[in-house]
Amino acid sequence: MIKRNEDIIIQTVTRLLTPFVQLFALYVIAHGHYSPGGGFQGGCILAASFILMAVANDVAFVKRRLPERLTTALISAGVLIYAGIGLACLMLGANFLDYGILHRVLPVDAVKARALATLGVEIGVGITVMAVMVSIFLNLLSAGRHEEGAVE
Amino acid sequence: MSTVAIFLMIAGVFFFTTATIGLLRFPDCYTRMHAAGKGDTLGALLLLLGLALYNLNDGFSLAALLVSLKILSIAVFIFVANPTASHAIAKAAIDAGVRPWTRKGGKP
Repeated sequence: MIKRNEDIIIQTVTRLLTPFVQLFALYVIAHGHYSPGGGFQGGCILAASFILMAVANDVAFVKRRLPERLTTALISAGVLIYAGIGLACLMLGANFLDYGILHRVLPVDAVKARALATLGVEIGVGITVMAVMVSIFLNLLSAGRHEEGAVE
Repeated sequence: MSTVAIFLMIAGVFFFTTATIGLLRFPDCYTRMHAAGKGDTLGALLLLLGLALYNLNDGFSLAALLVSLKILSIAVFIFVANPTASHAIAKAAIDAGVRPWTRKGGKP
């Protein structure tokens, strides 16, 4: 086992930067249909903030905040949001993910409904990508055992 | 304004060049980190400051000010993150047992 290296400089800077990284990730997700970005990219940045935490501290530090049970639930929830919006369009008589039709159930006009539903889909994609990335990283880092965070 | 911006950008490119020369010519991991960590940070900082000033060249509008502010926030981010990354790499090298370079016959 590599010994667990604690370093006050890295941990402090990580603690300082993590909120800004997560805020930028939310900006990328929410601003995806005006500028470069979107659910996948924002989710990757959000996952990178958790991976930064895992690298600066250890696996247990992230697993306390984002347990395996929660990541599994988040993966499913994101897919559910995405498919739910798509199926809602299908139920209302349009094509899958044809958001314009949603103005019948939302209290806005068709253009606004399209923008809102796009945001909803982006949020679903972002949640799924974040949870999948963190889950894959934690499993790779600890060789599937979710221990201290070191490979022998 | 434009003159100051161009001067800052030339200074930034100069520091990037020296950092690259150091990266290529220095003998071992630690001295290269010494060149790259400091030279790149200052070079990127000066370049971004120059860009933020140059962006305001056409006059102060709200949109231009916002873009400059975003560029400055990138500069602050680099100013904090780059030395930390260099520190992490140097610490990892120490922990992995990389010996610092010495002249022949010198003590480590």
